[in-house]
Amino acid sequence: MSTSTAHSHDTHALPPRPKELAMHFDTLHNQYQAGKLGMWLFLGQEVLFFAALFTAYAVYRGNHTEMFHVGQYFLDWRLGATNTIVLLFSSMTAAWSVRCAQLEQRRGLVLTIAITWLCALTFMVVKYFEYTHKIHVGSVWGDSFHIHNMADLPRGVVDWLYKHNPGLAQMQGEEQLAAVNDMLGKNGLGLGSFFAVYFCMTGLHGIHVLVGMGVYAWLFVRALKGHFNRRYYGAVDNVALYWHIVDLIWIFLFPLLYLIG
Amino acid sequence: MAGGVVEKPEGAYGGSTRNYLNETRGIKNWIITLDHKRIAMMYLVAVTLALLLGGFFAVALRTVLWDGAVRDPNDLILGMRVEQMYNKYFTLHGAVMVFMFIIPGIPASLGNFILPMQLGTKDLALPRINLMSLYLYWIGATLFVGVLAFGGLDTGWTLYPPYSLDRQTSIPLILALSAVFILGFSSILTGLNFIVTMHRLRPPGMGMYDMPLFLWALYATSLIQVLATPVIGLTLALAMVEHMFHIGIFLPQYGGDPVLFQHFFWFYSHPAVYIMILPAMGVQSELIATFSRKHVFGYKAIGWSSIAIAAIGFIVWGHHMFVAGQSPAAGLIFSFLTFFVAIPSAIKVFNWVATMYRGSIELKTPMLYGLAFMYLFGIGGLTGLFLASIANNVHLHDTYFVIAHFHMVMVGSTLNAFFGGVHYWWPKMTGRMYNETLAKIACGLVFLGFNLAFMPQFVAGTRGMPRRYANYADEFTTFHQISTVGAYVLGAGVLLQVIYLTYSWFKGPRAPKNPWGAASLEWQADSPPDFHNFTKPVIVMAAYDYENWEYDPNTGGYELRKEVVESGRSLATAHH
Ligand SMILES: [Cu+2]
Repeated sequence: MSTSTAHSHDTHALPPRPKELAMHFDTLHNQYQAGKLGMWLFLGQEVLFFAALFTAYAVYRGNHTEMFHVGQYFLDWRLGATNTIVLLFSSMTAAWSVRCAQLEQRRGLVLTIAITWLCALTFMVVKYFEYTHKIHVGSVWGDSFHIHNMADLPRGVVDWLYKHNPGLAQMQGEEQLAAVNDMLGKNGLGLGSFFAVYFCMTGLHGIHVLVGMGVYAWLFVRALKGHFNRRYYGAVDNVALYWHIVDLIWIFLFPLLYLIG
Repeated sequence: MAGGVVEKPEGAYGGSTRNYLNETRGIKNWIITLDHKRIAMMYLVAVTLALLLGGFFAVALRTVLWDGAVRDPNDLILGMRVEQMYNKYFTLHGAVMVFMFIIPGIPASLGNFILPMQLGTKDLALPRINLMSLYLYWIGATLFVGVLAFGGLDTGWTLYPPYSLDRQTSIPLILALSAVFILGFSSILTGLNFIVTMHRLRPPGMGMYDMPLFLWALYATSLIQVLATPVIGLTLALAMVEHMFHIGIFLPQYGGDPVLFQHFFWFYSHPAVYIMILPAMGVQSELIATFSRKHVFGYKAIGWSSIAIAAIGFIVWGHHMFVAGQSPAAGLIFSFLTFFVAIPSAIKVFNWVATMYRGSIELKTPMLYGLAFMYLFGIGGLTGLFLASIANNVHLHDTYFVIAHFHMVMVGSTLNAFFGGVHYWWPKMTGRMYNETLAKIACGLVFLGFNLAFMPQFVAGTRGMPRRYANYADEFTTFHQISTVGAYVLGAGVLLQVIYLTYSWFKGPRAPKNPWGAASLEWQADSPPDFHNFTKPVIVMAAYDYENWEYDPNTGGYELRKEVVESGRSLATAHH
């Protein structure tokens, strides 16, 4: 497997430059370190990017505690927990893929990359069902928030409604629905803003997962072609770093949105 | 001929040897280049075009203001009411200047070219990222041209909701928001690349404290670019979603909070002011030291004050919102913190002055810009303190005093340093000398025009002239008319520069390797540099050891002393 014979005719005293080494670096190690520092800075940028959203979350939660208390009932913690487990598992396979690249285990590398990609896909499928359900119910962002059917409301929300307006029990059909939307919508609790925060945070995170799927697909092809070796695996390492931050952000999103009421 | 390397004998290009400009030919070889020097030159052309576009709007709005006291509000120009035109002019002037000229200006053009060369290396650490940043800039700029084509905006460059998000035509608004979003990522990538390069590609023997101060300044700038820009990116993305879907984040009628937008906006846009000024301060350190022919005074103080400015810059954004419904406690804290910015800024100015003290000062054009910088930055910086104190601010906010203050800093200082830097490195970048007399005339025009344009605005502002109004009371007429004359003079100075610099690029006399006797490593390269920057091994030496260079009347420039070339090390190392 060694490539040293290919250069045996070389008359230079210097060792041959590996083909992966860019002209402005002197060693593969330095090139690897540069790429890695670049990725860490990019992750710093990512943290600040999401920080603005987390700030928005804190501001709205601070100003409208009850809105978040009621809004949380609309989210299904079981789906959130499933996705958390899926992502945590994928973080493990992502880290594993780096190890495989370092040890030049080509089959292991291809396999772990594929599993990571499939986990990301699973996450997006669960997200798809969550989103479509919310759109179906009408529990969506801002001005578009409008519940279509009393039967779609989660238990906790119904309890809250009756507690705050016992008169609801005497109403029926359209009249009751109008009263409910009045209590939950922008004239009342303003749940539209809760769902704006929910969709923006999970949506932006979802976009990051999709980007992750894109880069893992690219890594998969490169791994199949055998591009990586023990001195040249920066791409696998950096993508895994990116994937960890995507997971990490979800680790914060899950309790903030699904668990604390 | 587009394609591979063109082998030409020496002298094929009018007597010059092969260099990065003629290494390969054809537009394609420029567009897909990974060479930092070519990318820098494309950036330089692009930001200059942005400067001219933004300048056009500036002159246009000053023209509207000439007779603002007596104009009939129903006057029409090109079928539009004058006030409406005016609102679009000041919006586009601000947006083009801030996002397309001042922010990328010095780092992406001069920094891109000079940073790897001051490290004696071949390129930035991540050349593909560098090219991507240029492409993003082009995409952002193109979208901005789209904003103009679809009728422009009249929100002011700050894009405050609710007015920006529910009272504008969708197409130009969305184009503008996405343009700034994309330009932001261009800026992030530049900063990221610079930091990595400074950490990984310093030559052996050059520690952080041996780097030229221009690089310290770029390092501090890059930190802000990487850490502050994403916040405005997200803010603009949210604004776009708010405009399209009414999600209730920033628009009060849907449950949103417009003041939250202001917080987010200034969390970026205040540090962005230091993205604009820090690189300028870096250029300034090089100019003052070189043309005083003296080791820069207080090296560490200047270097660390750049970092301090970047750090403090993150915690003062609330001073833009003293009258926007912020709590008095927050107002007090932000006011208090804002004063701290003055300390590192003053440290720099004092050190530059101390550098000049007993130096042998040479009043070449770059140095003239350096002096103008110090004078204007002094005024701009001190008037910032007036605005930082809350009681004054209540009176002065949203008046011409604010306009004059930030133009002193952003234009007076940054634009002057940009011009100074362009003239300083022009011989290196193009291999040609510009006409010194014309350059001095242009510098004089810029200085005169600038002072005429903005000094009267301080007075008008204290007397209550509000910003962003097309009409005004009679008493302000004189101030406005002086200011308009100043804008024309400044414009003439800039145009003159563009003309003689462009001319010199093609017809100017050949530049020597080191026309100024500067000591940082880029001057060891040929003018213009080889495709790989250096043709001989670089002799790593401290950036301000001028004794290593001596004047050579044969070339009209400076050459490394024989002892230095033979020993391969700086004379100063022997003294240490
Ligand atoms: Cu500020």
